[in-house]
Amino acid sequence: MPPPASPVGRKRHEAGATMSVLDAFLSSLSAIRAHALRSVLTMLGIVIGVAAVIAMVSVGNGARARVNAQIQALGANLIIIIPGNITAGGARLGTGNAATLTDADAHALKAEVAAIEAAAPVVRGGVQIVAGSANWASVALGVDLAYFAAREWAVEEGREFTEEESRRGGQVAIIGQTVARELFAGGSPIGAQIRVKNVPFEIVGVMTKKGQSMGGTDQDDVILLPLQTARQRVVGTSRAKNRSVNQITVKIREGEDIAAAEDEMKKLLRQRHRLQDGRDDDFSVRNLAEIQATQEGSARTMAMLLLSVAAVSLVVGGIGIMNIMLVSVTERTKEIGLRMAVGARPRDVMAQFLIEATLIALIGGVIGILIGIGISMISADIAGWPLVIDPAIVAAAFVFSGLVGVVSGFYPAFRAARLDPVEALRAA
Amino acid sequence: MGDERVVALAGVTTTIMPGSFVAVMGPSGSGKSTFMNLIGGLDKPDRGSYRLKGREVANLSAADLATTRNREIGFVFQQFNLLQRVDALGNVELPMIYAGVGRARRRELAAKALARVGLADRMTHLPLQLSGGQQQRVAIARALVNSPACLLADEPTGALDSRTSLEIMALFQELNREGMTVIIVTHESDVAEFAGRVIRFRDGKIVSDVEQVQKDAAASLASWAEAA
Ligand SMILES: Nc1ncnc2c1ncn2[C@@H]1O[C@H](COP(=O)(O)OP(=O)(O)OP(=O)(O)O)[C@@H](O)[C@H]1O
Ligand SMILES: [Mg+2]
Repeated sequence: MPPPASPVGRKRHEAGATMSVLDAFLSSLSAIRAHALRSVLTMLGIVIGVAAVIAMVSVGNGARARVNAQIQALGANLIIIIPGNITAGGARLGTGNAATLTDADAHALKAEVAAIEAAAPVVRGGVQIVAGSANWASVALGVDLAYFAAREWAVEEGREFTEEESRRGGQVAIIGQTVARELFAGGSPIGAQIRVKNVPFEIVGVMTKKGQSMGGTDQDDVILLPLQTARQRVVGTSRAKNRSVNQITVKIREGEDIAAAEDEMKKLLRQRHRLQDGRDDDFSVRNLAEIQATQEGSARTMAMLLLSVAAVSLVVGGIGIMNIMLVSVTERTKEIGLRMAVGARPRDVMAQFLIEATLIALIGGVIGILIGIGISMISADIAGWPLVIDPAIVAAAFVFSGLVGVVSGFYPAFRAARLDPVEALRAA
Repeated sequence: MGDERVVALAGVTTTIMPGSFVAVMGPSGSGKSTFMNLIGGLDKPDRGSYRLKGREVANLSAADLATTRNREIGFVFQQFNLLQRVDALGNVELPMIYAGVGRARRRELAAKALARVGLADRMTHLPLQLSGGQQQRVAIARALVNSPACLLADEPTGALDSRTSLEIMALFQELNREGMTVIIVTHESDVAEFAGRVIRFRDGKIVSDVEQVQKDAAASLASWAEAA
């Protein structure tokens, strides 16, 4: 038999020829598989870190998307005035129950503050609605026509109240989608006779769907009644005498300065209520932008918390990888010696361990991404906000976990590459 | 290791011609392994010169030494030193990975080398599924797969029984007849008989260097089989 062909041998031994990346990759994969459990445990830090980042960003985006959608639904320029002062004396008064706001306040606001598009007086109260044999507990809102404009909320089926019904106190009602569903399951409620607190009403309309409020209440579980009728016959008959209301819903015109409008409103109300300088307001003004700001603030706090969890896990994960790679280099000293003996150059050995560390980190990153997406889906499902997964964040998490692998694998790989072949071969 | 300087090898001057079969002998600690490591480019002399095929090797960088080992030298070790999680083919492919040979070509050459050492039917066995002699054959296939100029074996039969040792020596003689330079370290004089030249070390120096008529390992193996 001839000796292994020399010419072929010479030709493949070109200067600088080195291990291909694919070979290094496959070799690393087999090393990782040889210690599957250990590798998985090593990945844990990266997995948790990356999952936290993905979930954090997605939850943050989902929550923001929901808040924005709600603000959109509610009307971005909405201001709510309630009687009583939330902060007076540091204690919460029975806000909404004080009798300091009236129809007249609402009308005056509309008449005198130019920035106001609509100011709707509202009375409210819990009611039992009976329709034939079905009955349902809901919230009755006594409103006038301004309410529909202020809330940007339209009638889907049927009609709004007429001017006449609103002023004279007609016995007509418009119901929200939830009430329609609960009492008329599928059938059209228009024209149906119902009793609200034993007062007969005819349903003339069904509102469009509004969804959950920011506080999480169902805004469609509502029945709208003409303000006068509601006040005199259904909710809080005590309010009938002084024409007080539970709330005034104000819509500021598009493009107007909300803060300035708020100041103007407060001044007008203090004047109307004859409050001396130095006395507290007997009403409270709440504006959705502020509510949104607090919500975003708490979302940001949550995000910072998760971000630090993620950062800590990634650092711990990186240290874990470095530790395991150092152990691996020690365990495989003889293998390194052998590889050097058959022609592995320092940089080949370096590449092998760097790739191995990076691969562990990347696999951890991918698992983390999948878990993070899973958490995002579950939380979106539970909280009922849209699932928002930013591909840029996923890509960044992937790249970053690889980076953690490279950084933490560098020193162990460097140590492996610097081993003396004779010493390494002598290792047990 | 330690602060004391150990002179493992000093004042050694020798030339080994291509195609020769050399046995290196001597008591433990006399510098045989150190000598082999120098020849193989695993180690570098602190002083002096070593030329391989006329080329000075003593002051090459670690990377160039690795390339030299990859091209010119095939190592065979007493403990075989196979990668346990890789099959016979994978082990034989290892030197070619560092020579940048493509996967398909590597498979092909590794299979050829395994067939050459008589393991055509054991290619996909893991080292643990092979006997000591078979493992040493895999190691020899790995050593010769890159067509090196020189095969270096430090006590290649140290872990094998005498019958298996004979088989390995017969294989070395065959490779040597085909033109490969073979240098082995051994403690056993009956193993050294198969070499054409015996260099004896003591205390880091060559104390004797004699040419001899090679005993034929294949013939010994045949008579051994007859006796059994
Ligand atoms: N890494 C080392 N550090 C210190 N001394 C060493 C080292 N390697 C070898 N030596 C010394 O160098 C000398 C030669 O060692 P070498 O391994 O070459 O001997 P050997 O002839 O191969 O012995 P054996 O037959 O036991 O394998 C010995 O004195 C040994 O103690
Ligand atoms: Mg030795």
